[in-house]
Amino acid sequence: MTSVDQETEKDKQAFWEQLQVFVGKEIGPAQLSPDEVNIPMIRHWCEAIGDNNPIYLDVTAAKASVHGQIVAPPTMLQAWVMAGIKPRIPSGDNPYEDMNQLLFSRQFTSVVATNCEQTYDRYLHPGDRLSMTTTIEAISTEKTTALGTGHFVTTRQDYFDQNNQRVGSMLFRIIRFRPAKSKKSTPDVVRPRPATTHDNSWWFDGLQNGKLLIQRCENCLELRFPPGPVCPSCISMDWEAVEAVGTGRIHSFVVTHYPQVPGLEYPLPVLLVDLDEGVRMVMNPTDTDISDIAIGKKVEIVLQATDDELTLPFARVQK
Amino acid sequence: MSIPSFGVADVQVGQELPALDIPLTRTLITAAAIASRDYQEVHHDPSIAVERGSQDIIMNILSTNGFVGRYITDWAGPNAFIRSVKVRLGVPNYPGEIMKMRGKVTAIDSKTVTVLVTGSNSMGDHVTATVEVVLP
Repeated sequence: MTSVDQETEKDKQAFWEQLQVFVGKEIGPAQLSPDEVNIPMIRHWCEAIGDNNPIYLDVTAAKASVHGQIVAPPTMLQAWVMAGIKPRIPSGDNPYEDMNQLLFSRQFTSVVATNCEQTYDRYLHPGDRLSMTTTIEAISTEKTTALGTGHFVTTRQDYFDQNNQRVGSMLFRIIRFRPAKSKKSTPDVVRPRPATTHDNSWWFDGLQNGKLLIQRCENCLELRFPPGPVCPSCISMDWEAVEAVGTGRIHSFVVTHYPQVPGLEYPLPVLLVDLDEGVRMVMNPTDTDISDIAIGKKVEIVLQATDDELTLPFARVQK
Repeated sequence: MSIPSFGVADVQVGQELPALDIPLTRTLITAAAIASRDYQEVHHDPSIAVERGSQDIIMNILSTNGFVGRYITDWAGPNAFIRSVKVRLGVPNYPGEIMKMRGKVTAIDSKTVTVLVTGSNSMGDHVTATVEVVLP
């Protein structure tokens, strides 16, 4: 895998071609609306939107109009099939989720809706029962916008009535993007502070003085981390601090996308590093491509100030 | 019962629709989201909206569509048939803003009238929409 910073036009073209596999795929089975088109839902909508068009609630006015009977506001189309408070549990193949995973693999993790285009074949009447199908309509080549760089993804929803006649359709476009770099870290948001106590503040002080320290029991000589007052092996309370060489290997890692905490940059890899002395520490990488992170890889520990008052260890992963 | 008669004969290209200013209260944004069965927290829960990087709750897209539809028929009346609503989304609609809706007729083809609608707040255009409406 190539780092996204080093991608060539050829890489981008190849990635776009990979994405095209999803175009034309239908997402899941047709969704049936929970209720028929009905007056109470129309009333709630018209009250909220402040829509006083009489054809939606006044039978006499509706009959006198070109519509000839009560109709639902056309822009309610999507509302009839909304899942409601409980999200639908996707069943079977979900090409949309597979497409998202592929986009996430290139760090296109943010999403914003950009366009919604509805076309109505006919107005709906109370008693109509809708179902909806969703198809991935198009995925654009890589585009750079004010938000960042990404791919526009268009889905098409087709709405059918109880006689399987189409009543309307919708094109819905989002952009899946990598946020523009300048917005990634705001300088006035500092990294979250560690919780320090009488028993561990000496370890952070060590980092501030340029030393990665490990606690060693003065009685049985066992090394331990995280810092604590008592040796877990011999329960001695006598200890000293020794300086680590600053090398180790990746025991395990995760790459966090959400939730995003201010002061940290995402996607955020979190590594469990086994120091060569034998203790295990949790840290973030520095100066490392995510694609270079793997279990067993050698790391060099570097101490970096994250602000004026805090220095932390980071792992530089071997290429 | 008689209903207002408004037809394609009453419309010219370039004609502006009456302005409509909608004060966006928290109640309005929440009520419209729930009326459209959209229970995503960013449309009703301020603390979760802030946690997700928004400054407050935001209007959902279904409501935006609803306001565009209402703006058209407030002008064109009960005999209008909206054929399509195509919206492009811009800045979010937060509580405390006023959405200023403006519209202009850009084309007339037989009985189909095309209207360009904008809904803007203090930060810019929330929505730019092209609406096709069939008039008697």
